[in-house]
Amino acid sequence: MTQHTVRAYDEELGTLSSKINQMGGIAEAMLVDAVDALAKHDVTKARSVIERDAQLDSIQHDIEELAVLIIARRQPMANDLRHIMGTIRIASDIERIGDLVKNIAKRVTVIEERFLGVRSVTGIQHMTHLVLGQVKAVLDSFAQNNPDLARHVWLHDGEVDTLNNSLFRELLTYMMEDPRAITFSTHLLFIAKNIERAGDHATNIAETVFFIETGEQLSGPRPKGDSSVFAVSGKDA
Amino acid sequence: MNSASILTAEAPNAAASAGLAPEPKVVARNVDVHYGEKHALKAVSVDIPARAVTAFIGPSGCGKSTFLRCINRMNDTISTCRVTGEITIDGQDIYDPRLDVVLLRARVGMVFQKPNPFPKTIYENVAYGPRLHGLASGKAELDEIVERSLRRASLWEEAKDRLGESGTGLSGGQQQRLCIARAIAVSPEVILMDEPCSALDPIATAKIEELIDELRTNFTIVIVTHSMQQAARVSQRTAFFHLGTLVEEGATDQIFTNPRDRRTQDYITGRFG
Ligand SMILES: Nc1ncnc2c1ncn2[C@@H]1O[C@H](COP(=O)(O)OP(=O)(O)OP(=O)(O)O)[C@@H](O)[C@H]1O
Ligand SMILES: [Mg+2]
Repeated sequence: MTQHTVRAYDEELGTLSSKINQMGGIAEAMLVDAVDALAKHDVTKARSVIERDAQLDSIQHDIEELAVLIIARRQPMANDLRHIMGTIRIASDIERIGDLVKNIAKRVTVIEERFLGVRSVTGIQHMTHLVLGQVKAVLDSFAQNNPDLARHVWLHDGEVDTLNNSLFRELLTYMMEDPRAITFSTHLLFIAKNIERAGDHATNIAETVFFIETGEQLSGPRPKGDSSVFAVSGKDA
Repeated sequence: MNSASILTAEAPNAAASAGLAPEPKVVARNVDVHYGEKHALKAVSVDIPARAVTAFIGPSGCGKSTFLRCINRMNDTISTCRVTGEITIDGQDIYDPRLDVVLLRARVGMVFQKPNPFPKTIYENVAYGPRLHGLASGKAELDEIVERSLRRASLWEEAKDRLGESGTGLSGGQQQRLCIARAIAVSPEVILMDEPCSALDPIATAKIEELIDELRTNFTIVIVTHSMQQAARVSQRTAFFHLGTLVEEGATDQIFTNPRDRRTQDYITGRFG
């Protein structure tokens, strides 16, 4: 990208981007630790995840303030304008991911350890792995100004949904087999759902990155895997 | 041209805001301009829609004023200047040798980069055109035209008690508004404005922009501006010139959010070397 005639403008835009990267890094680490805390039932680690969420909120505020300042100072146009507006949206998506992960960590602090070890936790780890891959890739697409990578992320969100479905069915079976595991399984259900929703935010970010880079909206058919709504009513999707 | 648009006066504006190219008022094809050896404009072709504002933007010296002056044959007054190609207004070739240039300039009014009031009274500056073209049947009607024109150019309040004073005694910004009043007094079909706000304060600028927005329901307006924000605010179409060529023309909304050409993007985002 050619430099702006006014160098301070480039610096301001650079600061916005680096703050997004910083938020992304924090959110990724929080997700890894939250699921690790679940697998090992490490309540201390879960608490540290809960505490770190405040950092995301604070950086998001910084981003919003700086973006407003840049708009007032520079009256950005075209790709610069899309970049700034996009940055505000991405910050809000990452902040939402942080909230979802914080909610996972909170559940880890209250679930009963004796039910841990069921296969479902492995399923959740697998989902987390996929979602982390999505989040990493979409943040890379932002950092590298790469709309193709963003589109790739956008197209592959169905895999997470599919996993969530099978986990949903599995947990339903447990609950029917052993009513004492209902509370625990419900927590796992919500945890899985939160991870899936974190993946949805990665998809939102992909749409934003694509728009920033091309000025066009991502569109077209997209593989969709979530049929858990139908599973409840007993129908197969 | 298209008779349907006479029945539905709103259509061209609606089309312009929808990003479509509406019915053209001014059509330029392969316009080349030389000043002696200097090739100032190269093969410019563009449609300027009726009842809409078209903005010309581009770095200094790219040929915006030169092209603007082609539309009312102002370049005829520059001896070294040679214009080739075709320009039509409502389908009529304005470089047709039989055409009356004085009449053309009444149909195509112009506001210049630097305010240039006549060395006459404020009243006479505005009354001159309507009187020349016989637009008023008496003193009362002429007074009315003068007041209405000054009001539309938002100069009335400042000028109403000094109509007999010289126009050149006004401040720069007031002179510019006087020139705008003078241009609209003859109710031209096309108004060409070359950086009309460059000498105005933000309030006067906002008033002129409001005026432009109001005028576009009846007139075809072309405005040259160095302010991207002004172009984005007042125009429905934007044309970007660079080194004598028309690089890109399109709906203003598109040009300022998602230009197609890299040079346009670099210019409007402040990346020009
Ligand atoms: N009367 C003239 N005689 C010779 N060259 C001229 C004349 N008028 C303009 N030019 C040249 O033609 C080119 C285009 O000039 P023009 O005035 O159209 O630029 P512009 O886009 O209006 O610039 P600005 O934004 O500075 O007003 C320039 O290189 C200029 O030097
Ligand atoms: Mg000029």
